[in-house]
Amino acid sequence: MSSEDKKDGSTDITDEKQSDVVGLSKDDAKKYYEEKGIDLSPDVPTKPKPIPQFEKSMADKISSKFADKVHVDYIRADRIRVVAKREDIVDVAKYIRDDLRYDHAESVTGVDYPDSKEIEVVYHLGSYTDEKLARQVLTLATRVPREEIPNPGSDSSRTPSLRDVFYSVEFHERECFEMFGVYFEGHPDNRRLLLPEDWADIPPFRKDFKIKGR
Amino acid sequence: MTTQLPPGISLEKVDDRIMTLNVGPQHPGSGHMRLIIKVDGDYIVSCDPDPGYVHRGEEKMAEYRNYIQNIPHLERPVIHDSSNILYPYCLAVEDLLGIEVPERAKYVRVIAAELNRCIYILYWLAIYGIFLGHSTMFMWPAGDRELFIDLLEAMSGARVTHAYLVPGGVRNDLPANFEERCLRQVNYFEKRLKEYEAIFYQNPILKARTQDTGILSKTDAIRLGTTGSVLRASGVDYDVRKKEPYDVYENLDFQTVVMKEGDSYARSYVPYLEMFESCRIIKDALRKMPKSGSVRTKLKPNPKGGNDEVYRRVESGRGALGYYIVSNNRPEPYRVKISVGSFRNLICMPYLLKGEKLGNMPAVYWSLNYWPVEADR
Repeated sequence: MSSEDKKDGSTDITDEKQSDVVGLSKDDAKKYYEEKGIDLSPDVPTKPKPIPQFEKSMADKISSKFADKVHVDYIRADRIRVVAKREDIVDVAKYIRDDLRYDHAESVTGVDYPDSKEIEVVYHLGSYTDEKLARQVLTLATRVPREEIPNPGSDSSRTPSLRDVFYSVEFHERECFEMFGVYFEGHPDNRRLLLPEDWADIPPFRKDFKIKGR
Repeated sequence: MTTQLPPGISLEKVDDRIMTLNVGPQHPGSGHMRLIIKVDGDYIVSCDPDPGYVHRGEEKMAEYRNYIQNIPHLERPVIHDSSNILYPYCLAVEDLLGIEVPERAKYVRVIAAELNRCIYILYWLAIYGIFLGHSTMFMWPAGDRELFIDLLEAMSGARVTHAYLVPGGVRNDLPANFEERCLRQVNYFEKRLKEYEAIFYQNPILKARTQDTGILSKTDAIRLGTTGSVLRASGVDYDVRKKEPYDVYENLDFQTVVMKEGDSYARSYVPYLEMFESCRIIKDALRKMPKSGSVRTKLKPNPKGGNDEVYRRVESGRGALGYYIVSNNRPEPYRVKISVGSFRNLICMPYLLKGEKLGNMPAVYWSLNYWPVEADR
């Protein structure tokens, strides 16, 4: 290992809010690292990228139709992310299917946020029928409340199922139900899919489910 | 005297016409999964797929390891298509960390991915052959697969689990004289591949068993969100390599294989034709590849992704394969979701098997290009 590698290796600690050097404030620690010639540049270069036109026009259609009911998180090349409240998600999904011509879901997943006591349900939608949309993936997200002690199926972690809008979400929503405990109202077949029938622990993809030995 | 049963439990009556069969999970015809099939005589009335016997929690494991440590275990769901399952992970991590990949590495990656696609399709074809009672079709692909395994072994040092693609490029450069060797073996393989047509795909018994069984219409294929060869055999022209080209696929010369029939025969014929296209891609990439240069961008140790998320996908041997990565300023990803073709195609199994004869079950099941281990992750 060259000396340059070691130099890079020690940059980790400076990115934290608290400096790891005992007895120094953050500014002093910064000066200390600079004196030693240690690179403090962030790992991810922040380059502003131009907003692509086609994606912007699609996002504008959604936001003009639903006004403040939806929030467009980002518009990037081939990717749009839209967040809706769970009461509105069926209407938004129907609009996306009928007017914007997205026709299938690539994946449905959850992301657990224990700090804000929420679970985010994320749909990745694509289109086979519209040639212009072949490159695009639209991310439709919604947030549901998260219970400290989950009781999948009977607690408040529930959201309307999009199975009647996008047929392809059927198995994905079943997986999301067992892995995160989010109940999909109106789903015809809310059974376990991957987990064993006698699974008696909390939903395993939640953050408070720890792998043994880790 | 009637026996008292606990509430909620009922016994099947002897004179019921419908019989329930468990195909799997220890059945060689199903792989590591179970199909709960109800039959009326010889005909399947309903089918309920029950995957999950090889669920390993890859997505959960990825939350405990940093971006580099994640490489070897994320290829485990499909070890014989390991380059293709790592490809979207590398693209996604490069997007998160803002890494540029050297030009030569992009070509080397494409070659590795296409070699691996051939390895996967040959493995699948061997299984498809043996389950339709065609032993020669087991021996030939299993033997010819070694050609590509040898090439990838020369590239990466490992026969099956390569872990060759890494964020920032590939792990090491090609060995000396690789281009000539690769060209020689690919040319030989193309000649060899033409013999498959005569012995397997023109075989009247195979045609009788697979043509007009398990028909998936174009509308259903779109509605069910299928992907890969299943989608293309139903007449939808969709290949991520063409529609959303990654790395250097837009510079390379190849076609998408589409068939209109949508039956088991078309679903088994599309991957076969795709191997010819893979050979074309490999030869074209060897021609256009820069002859020297770096193949790996050096990363900082333990790099952190910003407060961001990314979704990248590629075309694997079983269809579109996407990675959704959420990061939160930590060296480990906050959440990794792998959207795999096998899991997406699982939903059409009940549709295709309904109304089929039980004897056609393997012909339909294996034509879906389904890999249980990948579906469970």
